Amino acid sequence: MASNKDSFVRTLMIVVGLCFVCSMCVSTAAVLLKPTQNENKLLDKQKYILSAAGLIDLSKGSVDKKEVLSTYSKYVEAKLVDLKTGDWVEGVNADTYDQKKAARDSETSFKPVNDIASVKRVANQVVVYLVRDDAGQLKTVILPVRGYGLWSTMYAFLAVEPDLNTIQSLVYYDFSGSGETPGLGGEVQNPKWVAKWQGKKLYDAKGELAISVTKNPVIAASEHGVDALSGATLTGNGVQYSLEFWLGEEGFASFIEKARKGGLS
Amino acid sequence: MADSKELKQVLTGPIISNNPIALQILGVCSALAVTSKMETALVMTIALTAVTAFSNLFISIIRNHIPSSVRIIVQMTIIASLVIVVDQVLQAYAYDVAKQLSVFVGLIITNCIVMGRAEAYAMKTPPMMSFFDGIGNGLGYGAILLSVGFVRELFGNGSLFGIEILQKISDGGWYQPNGLLLLPPSAFFLIGGLIWIIRTYKPEQVEAKG
Repeated sequence: MASNKDSFVRTLMIVVGLCFVCSMCVSTAAVLLKPTQNENKLLDKQKYILSAAGLIDLSKGSVDKKEVLSTYSKYVEAKLVDLKTGDWVEGVNADTYDQKKAARDSETSFKPVNDIASVKRVANQVVVYLVRDDAGQLKTVILPVRGYGLWSTMYAFLAVEPDLNTIQSLVYYDFSGSGETPGLGGEVQNPKWVAKWQGKKLYDAKGELAISVTKNPVIAASEHGVDALSGATLTGNGVQYSLEFWLGEEGFASFIEKARKGGLS
Repeated sequence: MADSKELKQVLTGPIISNNPIALQILGVCSALAVTSKMETALVMTIALTAVTAFSNLFISIIRNHIPSSVRIIVQMTIIASLVIVVDQVLQAYAYDVAKQLSVFVGLIITNCIVMGRAEAYAMKTPPMMSFFDGIGNGLGYGAILLSVGFVRELFGNGSLFGIEILQKISDGGWYQPNGLLLLPPSAFFLIGGLIWIIRTYKPEQVEAKG
């Protein structure tokens, strides 16, 4: 038995057979569970969009799945923007548009020249969310931003009022890898810190980008400053650079300029 | 089926007297990483228990057919497949927790407890006992994880399973949380402390000097 078991043919047969059975199990699980997983991912994202728009409160714990879906479809509209021109892109379903995939493909993305937030590649067309109230009046514009913190790429929704200057909130919803340090950089998700963004202005009177995550208490108290998280300098810098990049020339600058001139209705 | 005494030994032995983390010092890496909250520690325990139990079961079923020249690779293939399945299930049914555990579910593949049990026990024991051995070792792992998670979450964040127990100063309460406990190194101190306690209680676990 022992010599037979270790023979070359027997070894090969066992290994091939095992690989076949294992790959069947793995692929069956992956295929069967894919729809549920995609649903979860979408739901998770919609949850944070609603939270950025102030339509649901995530700090109360679990939220009802149906409520998220119905609130989202009632108030939120996803639209595609061409970053270079700042124009709306028509004819593409923004809800099913895969921005991460587009950012990986060199045909549909570009490499920023001044990559201060280490975003590597940016999709030419990005999704923007418009949130309306019951009367159909535009209430919030949500710009997705991302940038590298200390350990990970941090994804956030920047919610601004229709003037595209007053911040409603900055909600971090996803981190690549294992995320920022819990208790330090991870505090970007703390509701108390998120609340500090509310009402701050992105631009100063001259129209220059002025928002800053700062340790200086005088600036932090002003309308352009947000008190930095102590013990999380690099995460804070990441937040600052994300905003500077995404509101800058290679980000939403041309969209914001056009929108100001009245293109947001 | 083996007699119930042996079964009990296999199931409960690894909790204190033969604990995979405290005595064998296996699987410490993930014990540092996922214990800052009770919830992640619990889900990690369940995931690891499932993987160890089933990998032990399957390896034991085919133990007489595994060629010894490639046995480690064969074990790894079975373990890796199980881990992927567990990861997929978590992403489908416990998405929030899966997001927090992130890479650590995938790293169960390299968790020394799973490999250790496969090689040391399942390769020479019948399937049912191997299965229970996997569960027992998962429980031992979980006992340490949950004790560490209990201390870290309670004193580091003032809560348990996300429910506030000690109201923090930053939330208008009185408790000043110990931030160190939220960082991975604190788990070293806690696991070290646990090992000390267990070995004081069971001096036969202390390694011979020399």
